[in-house]
Amino acid sequence: MITNLTKRTKTGVAAICCTLISVGLTAFGINFTKNDADHYKKVPVEGEMIAELTAPPFVPKPVGNRPAKKLIVNMEIKEMEGEMADGVKYTYWTFGGSVPGSFIRTRVGDEVEFHLRNHPDNKLPHNIDLHAVTGPGGGATSSLVAPGHEKVFNFKVINQGLYVYHCATAPVGMHIANGMYGLILVEPEGGLPPVDKEYYVMQGDFYTKGANGESGLQPFDMNKAVKEQPDYVVFNGSTKSLVGDKAITAKVGETVRLFVGNGGPNLVSSFHVIGEIFDKVHVEGGEMINKNVQTTLIPAGGSAIVDFKVDVPGTLILVDHSIFRTFNKGSLGMLKVEGPGDKTIYSGTTQEGIYLPEGGTIQNMPKVKTTEKPKVSLTVPQQIAAGKEIYGKTCFACHQSEGQGIPTVFPPLAKSDFLNANHTRAINTVLSGLSGEVTVNGNKYNNIMTSQNLTDEEIANVLTYVYNSWGNNKTVVKPEMVKAQREQNVH
Amino acid sequence: MLKRTIYMSLFSMFIAASLWAQNSKMVLVKKGAYVPLYGTVDKKPVTVNEFQLDIYPVTNAQFQDFLKKNPEYSKAKIKGIFADKSYLSHWESDFSYGKNNLSNAPVTNVSWFVAKKYCECQGKRLPTLDEWEYAAMADEKRTDARTKESYTKYILSWYEKSKTYANPVGQTFKNYWGVYDMHGLVWEWTSDFNSIFLSGESRKDKDTDKNLFCGSGSVNATDLMNYAAFMRYAFRGSLKAKYTTRNLGFRCAKDFK
Repeated sequence: MITNLTKRTKTGVAAICCTLISVGLTAFGINFTKNDADHYKKVPVEGEMIAELTAPPFVPKPVGNRPAKKLIVNMEIKEMEGEMADGVKYTYWTFGGSVPGSFIRTRVGDEVEFHLRNHPDNKLPHNIDLHAVTGPGGGATSSLVAPGHEKVFNFKVINQGLYVYHCATAPVGMHIANGMYGLILVEPEGGLPPVDKEYYVMQGDFYTKGANGESGLQPFDMNKAVKEQPDYVVFNGSTKSLVGDKAITAKVGETVRLFVGNGGPNLVSSFHVIGEIFDKVHVEGGEMINKNVQTTLIPAGGSAIVDFKVDVPGTLILVDHSIFRTFNKGSLGMLKVEGPGDKTIYSGTTQEGIYLPEGGTIQNMPKVKTTEKPKVSLTVPQQIAAGKEIYGKTCFACHQSEGQGIPTVFPPLAKSDFLNANHTRAINTVLSGLSGEVTVNGNKYNNIMTSQNLTDEEIANVLTYVYNSWGNNKTVVKPEMVKAQREQNVH
Repeated sequence: MLKRTIYMSLFSMFIAASLWAQNSKMVLVKKGAYVPLYGTVDKKPVTVNEFQLDIYPVTNAQFQDFLKKNPEYSKAKIKGIFADKSYLSHWESDFSYGKNNLSNAPVTNVSWFVAKKYCECQGKRLPTLDEWEYAAMADEKRTDARTKESYTKYILSWYEKSKTYANPVGQTFKNYWGVYDMHGLVWEWTSDFNSIFLSGESRKDKDTDKNLFCGSGSVNATDLMNYAAFMRYAFRGSLKAKYTTRNLGFRCAKDFK
């Protein structure tokens, strides 16, 4: 007991000593960090350079060991038409001709000379508020610029971090909603730790007069914006900016850093990469680092820096894990990782079989089904009605309410040449699933549809519904046809 | 004989056209009151007296005529303090708008100084901001359509259409007073465009404590109209009198006697 006590006291003393030392260290540390900005506002600059600006998903070269400099940023504002989704046009207002705007990379202590130019063809005055600026309006008070004119203002970046910039001209919400935002990175002295690949991703919500998918030039809808009900939630200004051949890439074993921002104007992003865990997250784009993070919250007008190593090949999916936004509104990007697999980390499917919850050896599935099935054969309208129900439960999430699919991700069933060409293939697709590249109505899709656990009758009904909707060729699929295929597949 | 008649009528048409070019038609805008977005105290209405307003914005052809009579305002001769380098930059030469511009498209890239001079040479003046806003709040049928959603949407949609400055005048709707193109073609100069202070930092202008020209009053309104009007005020706030921009033209007004 006594020895124990002594032990404890000793440990206690040791603990106190440690605390004292660490207090001393922390005090020193705090002292230093607390005065970071104070320190860097006095750092002199050596020489001058023109800032490299890049359009997403790319970022300029790291600052490395360069000293603080006078950095000249030439930013041109352009109001221009672009594509939000397949066939959907939108008039974007941009910093540098892209949404998000050009990426600006600085190091702490740099003195930025910012030239803001408003293209002569533009209709509106604009300005810029950079969250990296210490000063009124983040620069907005000094930068209101008429079309065909230029404003210049200077600031010194004295706090490191990843910052959002945006337009703040009245009505500010509309300027942001039209795409006027981007990121400015202030690297610490010596730069961020080097990685193999760096990319620039920024989320934004968009409000169009027509519903999601309605084609043509879509004007901005003030009402929806005020109600915060976007039709599109996308990365880098469009549903297509990070998919297909525009996907970002990495090789197995590489470290990847994403500079992620959220322009809003309204929504907060639950940023997640499907199939990856963030090794490090600079929380809210600041200095604090969190490790082993699955999903990081990015506020509107905020950011995060996420680092991770890609260990296995495959396509990682970038999403806003407020998941309806991904499925229905477009917040989906892809990171394609190439290289050799590692079965220890991820095996892939190793076994496939039938799972029978109880008494599997006694019950015989096909038999049960036949006994459950009503023998009455349905009329075509009855089949369609029944099929619609099934569609709503099973197919709707990917192929969408009107069979329109999701551009570049899930192929359409409406007026689908792929579907109408071959109903046997359609039956087999529902029975056994389909993966790999297919071409539907001239567009390529490369995704996976799993096999559907439906009865012959259900498959017949849902396909009959699909074939008799949205301009398809009105094929009627009977349960016997499905049954025949199912049997053929077994043999 | 017939030939002669044709010549005669062509001649008279020419005369009429040039007369029209000299002195564009005006309509009467009756006295009334309105509450502007900015520039009034406690949301009190501002009275606008009866005045005359050009039916259309000033066109390239009309402006070319003016320059021929007042060559000191040509691109080559204008003094730098009266106009930017971009003054008439889309014109082919000093005295010709050229083939790339329609004769009846609104003249743009004109500074406030020159617009003012043009109107004075016609025995007119630029409309005041209140006169302009008052006349512009009318749609086809009523004097004040600002609460109508379709009216606001029409204006907002213009901000998304590119290069409307190249269109001829008179193709948008004719409003209650009989004027065209108040919305949907180009921005227009007013005599006191910079009398309303807008700092450029829109969020600051909303601050009630700072009492910045009653911006707060209009922001508190939820009516969509504010967005259309806000943009006009923001645009004017970004200008200086020597500025010229591709989307900015003008028309003239006159007191009613």
